[in-house]
Amino acid sequence: MSDTYLNQAEIDDLLAQVDAMGETGEVISHTRARDIDLPGVGTFVLLTLDNERDHTRPATLGPRTLAELYRTLVEQTARADIVGLGVTGKPFGLAAGADLGLIGNVQQRSDALMIARMGHAAYHLLHTAEVPTFCFINGLALGGGLEIGLHCDYRTVSRAVPAVALPETFLGLVPGWGGAHLVPRLIGPKKAVQVIITNAMNRNRTINGPTVFDLGLADVLLDGADFLERSLLWAAQVISGEVTVARQTEDDPQVWDAAVAEGRAIVDGIVHGAAPAPYRALDRIAAARTETRAEAYRAEDEALADLIMGEELRASLYAFDLTQKRARKAAGAPDKSLARPVTKVGVVGAGLMATQLATLFVRRLGVPVVMSDLDAERAERGVRMVREEFAGLHEKGRLSADDLNRLSALISGTTDQADFADCSFVIEAVFEEMSVKKEVFAEVARHVPEDCVLATNTSSLSVTEMSEGLPHPERVVGFHFFNPVAVLPLLEVVKTPHTDDATLATALAVAKELRKNAVLVADSTAFVVNRVLVRMMSELTKVVDEGTPIEVADRALQPLGLPMTPFELLELVGPAIALHVAESLNASFGDRFHVSPNLQALVAAKRPGIYDRDEHGAPYVGDEVRALFEIGDSPSTSEQVRTRIENALAEEIRMMLDEGVVEAPMDIDLCMMLGAGWPFHLGGITPYLDRAGVSERVTGQRFLPTGVAGLPE
Amino acid sequence: MPELREAVFVDGVRTPFGKAGSLYAETRADDMVVDCLRELLRRHPELPPERVDEVAIAATTQTGDQGLTIGRTTAILAGLPQSVPGYAIDRMCAGAMTAVTTTASGIAFGAYDIALAGGVEHMTHHPMGSGADINPRFIAEKLVDPTALVMGSTAENLHDRFPSITKDRADAYAVLSQQRVADAYAAGIIQESLVPVALRSVEQGWGLATTDEPPRPGTTVEGLAQLRTPFRPHGRVTAGNAAGLNDGATACLLAEAATAAELGLPVAMKMVGYAFAGVAPEVMGVGPVPATEKALARAGLSIDDIGAIEINEAFAVQVLAFLEHFGIADDDPKVNPYGGAIALGHPLASSGVRLMIHLARTFRERPEVRYGLTTMCIGLGMGGTVIWENPNWNGAQQ
Repeated sequence: MSDTYLNQAEIDDLLAQVDAMGETGEVISHTRARDIDLPGVGTFVLLTLDNERDHTRPATLGPRTLAELYRTLVEQTARADIVGLGVTGKPFGLAAGADLGLIGNVQQRSDALMIARMGHAAYHLLHTAEVPTFCFINGLALGGGLEIGLHCDYRTVSRAVPAVALPETFLGLVPGWGGAHLVPRLIGPKKAVQVIITNAMNRNRTINGPTVFDLGLADVLLDGADFLERSLLWAAQVISGEVTVARQTEDDPQVWDAAVAEGRAIVDGIVHGAAPAPYRALDRIAAARTETRAEAYRAEDEALADLIMGEELRASLYAFDLTQKRARKAAGAPDKSLARPVTKVGVVGAGLMATQLATLFVRRLGVPVVMSDLDAERAERGVRMVREEFAGLHEKGRLSADDLNRLSALISGTTDQADFADCSFVIEAVFEEMSVKKEVFAEVARHVPEDCVLATNTSSLSVTEMSEGLPHPERVVGFHFFNPVAVLPLLEVVKTPHTDDATLATALAVAKELRKNAVLVADSTAFVVNRVLVRMMSELTKVVDEGTPIEVADRALQPLGLPMTPFELLELVGPAIALHVAESLNASFGDRFHVSPNLQALVAAKRPGIYDRDEHGAPYVGDEVRALFEIGDSPSTSEQVRTRIENALAEEIRMMLDEGVVEAPMDIDLCMMLGAGWPFHLGGITPYLDRAGVSERVTGQRFLPTGVAGLPE
Repeated sequence: MPELREAVFVDGVRTPFGKAGSLYAETRADDMVVDCLRELLRRHPELPPERVDEVAIAATTQTGDQGLTIGRTTAILAGLPQSVPGYAIDRMCAGAMTAVTTTASGIAFGAYDIALAGGVEHMTHHPMGSGADINPRFIAEKLVDPTALVMGSTAENLHDRFPSITKDRADAYAVLSQQRVADAYAAGIIQESLVPVALRSVEQGWGLATTDEPPRPGTTVEGLAQLRTPFRPHGRVTAGNAAGLNDGATACLLAEAATAAELGLPVAMKMVGYAFAGVAPEVMGVGPVPATEKALARAGLSIDDIGAIEINEAFAVQVLAFLEHFGIADDDPKVNPYGGAIALGHPLASSGVRLMIHLARTFRERPEVRYGLTTMCIGLGMGGTVIWENPNWNGAQQ
C-alpha cells in the first residue's frame, strides 16, 4: 500500500509533543521487551505491558505509554535476529484501554489529535514488522487494549479471560485506534456491529475468552493454566509453518450495508440520535470495507478529536466516574464501622413489592427473612412466590441445588409479628397510607429489639412523620427501591432528622450487600428520582391540558435521548401511582406540581396508560383517550414544550439542592442515571442543563463548574 | 489381602531448573508443578484424566506457594477432574522419590491404577529450613551433632570419614558431571523431558524458561580449585563440587502394569523394590549406601546385577563415598551418564523424579541393561534407593 499514514517527520514531531508534555498524572504502562528462546525456531521478542501496579489497577494507555511502546517496537522490529514478536499483559490483564482521566482532561483539539495519532503510529508497527506479530490476550482487554491485539497478525486468547470489550461507544468515543476498521475486516460487519455497537450500548456488555474465540477475534483458545507457555509454543508452530490460520473476509456490500443499517436501528432505539459516538462508529464500520488502513486511521483521528472535544463525551466521562466511585460510597455516609450486623430480616407485607424485597434480602444477605401479613394465606402465597423465584433461578442454572435448598429454607411467613422478635432489620412494604404505615411500625416496635432498624419503602410519604411517636425514632430510615427491584441498581436511603449514624451505617451496609448503589437523601417528599420525573411529567401534562397534541408533547424531549418518552414511562409506572405521587408533591410544594384533570380521568377510567398499541406494538393515541381528554386551546410547539420542561427541571433541581435533599448535583445525576436510566451523554441531567444554558437562564447559576462535566472554557 | 501388582514408570517431565534468586524469583512454585502435570497429560492423551487415582506432590517446606496440600491444589489448578484426589508429601531431598515409592506401593496394593507423583522446591521462596522451629532438645541433649543441620558441613564430615576422597577427586568428579550434562544437552537428551515455564518478572516482563540455568559448561579442575570452601577454612566442599540452591519441579506418571497395557501407556521402567535407611545425621551423605544394601537385599539382587545408577549429586563427596563402597570407578559410565545435580541443580524435593527420568532414558538407550537404581542422600541422615527393571532388556533372548 503506497498510502502512508504519517511520515517520519510527522512521527518525530508527535514524539516531541509527547516528550514536551508536563506532568499529566499518567500512570505509565511500561513496555518490557524480553527475548524468548523458542526451541527449534529461534529468538522471539515478547513485550509485556506493565504499569507496576497490582491486578486492581490494570494497565491503561496514555501518550507516554504509547510513545514508549512506539519506541520499543521501532527498536525491536529493526532487529534482524528475531523470528517473531508478541505482546501480552501483566498477570490477569492485557490493558484496560485509554486512560480516561487523561482523555477527560484534554484541553485542545490538537492534544486530542496527538493522542489519537500516537496510538495509530505505535500500533501500526505491528503491521509493518517484517516478522509475524502475535498478541496473547491473557486477561482483561478493553478498548485500546484489545486494539493492540487487532493490529497483530495472530491472536491467542485464554479461556479464563473474564472481560473483553470495545466499550468506546458506551463512553462516547469510537474504537479509534484501528478497532472500527480492523474488527469488521477481521470478523465481518455483522459481528463487528455486535461487538462495537450492540454490546457497548447494552450497558457495556463484555465478552469472555471463549466468546472472543467464537467470534473470530482470536485464532486459538487456550486454557488459563499454562496460557502463556502454550501461546508461545503455538506462535512457534505458526512461525515454523506447522500451523496455518485461514481467514475469510466479507466483502459483499449488501451484507455490509445490512449490518450497518441494523446497527443504526439499534442505536436509534437507545439514544434516539442524541449521542454522536455510536453513529460515528457506524460510519467507520461502513467505510471499513473499502478504506485503506491509512485512510481509516486519519478518519479515526478526526472522529476521536471531534468526540474528545465534544460535550457528550465529557458528560459521559463525568457520569462514568460517578458510577465507578460516588455510586460505591454514598456521599455523606457515616463511618461504616458503626454498622450493626444484620442477622435476620422482617418484611411487613406479602404483596408484589414485599415479595421482591424478600427475594433480594434472602439471596444477597443469606439470612432468615420472615414475611408477615395479616392474612395467613397471603403470607403463604408470598413465601411460595419467593421460593418459585429461586426454583426458576435454579432451573436456569444460576443457583446450585445446595443454594436452592439453603435459600428456600431461609424464607418463612407469619401472621404474628412476634416472629420478628430477633430481627435486626425490618422493612415495610404495605399500602401507601400514613396511618397504615404508622400502625405497622408501632406494632413491629413492640416485638423487635430497640436497635432493630425500621425501614420503609415509601415513595412519597414522610419518613419523619412515620417515625414520630415511636419508641426510638432514631432507628427509622427510608429504603426506597426502584421497580423492578432486581434490576435497577439505585436505592435512595432516606435520613430523617432523628435517624442516628449507627442506623444509617447499618442501612448503607445492607444496601451494599444487596449490591445496590445507595444515595443518601433527606426526608423530602418523593426524594429525588420521583420528584424530578414527576416535575417533568407535571409540565408535560400541563401542556397537554392546555391544548398541545399528546404526540407533540411526548416527543418534545426526543433530542435528549432519554430511554423512553415521558408517556411511555407513565405507562410503565402506572397512571394511578403517578397521580398519587403528583398529588403528594402538590400537597407539599404547591402548584408547580400540576395535578392534571386528564390524568385523573385516565386513572378514573382505569386505563393502563395514554397510548394504545398497534399490531407492531407501536404506540398511538386511540379514540377512547381522545374522548376522555379535555384539551384547552393554547397549544405549544415542540421547542416550547422542551424549553418549559428543561426550565422546570433546572428550577426543581436547584430547589432540591437549596433544600439539601442531597449533598450535591452529582447525587441528582447519579439518581437519575441509576434509578431512571437517564443517559451518560447527558451526564445524568445537570451537565446537560448547564451546557444548554438552562441552569444559568433559570436559576442564575450553573450546577457544576465549567470543565467538570463538560469542555473547558 | 489383595494380590501384589506391578507398578511401572510411564513417563516423567520436569521444569528447567533455575538458580535460586534468579530465573524463577517471581514465578510460583505451584504453577511450576501445574506445568509438569499438564505436560504429562498432554503427552499421554491415551490417559483419560479421570482415571488418575492420586496426585502426590512433595515439597520440603509446605507453606506459601508450596502450602495448602500442594498435591490437591495443583491437581485443581491443572484442571484435573474434581474427583481426582491429591496430597502433599515430605522427606526433604527424597520428597519426589517418596511420592513415587508411596504411590507405587498403593498401585502394588491395589489402591490405585494410575498416579501422578512429583515434587517441587522453590528455594528462592523457601530456603531450606525456613519457618521450621527446630526442637531445642536436638542440641541440648546432643541428639544430633550441631553440624547435622548444615548440609555443607555434613559433606565436610564425610570427607573426614573417608580421607581417601580428596578435594581433587571431588573437583574432578564435578567437572565430569558438567561435561556429561553439556554432552547430553548437545545430544538433545536433557531437553526431551523439559516443559517450558512462563517466567514472571516485573522488571523484565514475561519470559519463558526452556533450558536449565545452573550448568556451567567448560568448567575445569583448575577453575574449581580457586573456589572458596564456605563450610570450613581450608575445607573441601565448594559451590563447584556441590549442587546449588535451586528452583524446580518434576512429575511422573505411574501405572499398574495391566492398566498401562489396557490404556496403551508406554512402560519406561518397572519398579522392582525400594528401601529407605537412616544414618547419623552429621554424615547424611552416606545414606545411599545402607539404603542400597537394604533395597538390593530385599530384591534378592546384588550390586553386580545393577547396570545403571542414577545417584543424586548433592555433593561430589557423597557420590564418591557410595562408589567407593561398592567398588565402582569415579568415572564409570554406568553412573550418571547424562550428568547430575552438580551441573543441573538440586531443587530438594523435586530431584527424585529427575533421577528416574535420566534412568528411564538410559534404559531406552541400553537394552543390554536389565536393572538400574536411583538413589539419593537425605537431610537429617537418611538414604533412599529404588531399584528398577528395564522393560527393553534384551538379555532374555540371548
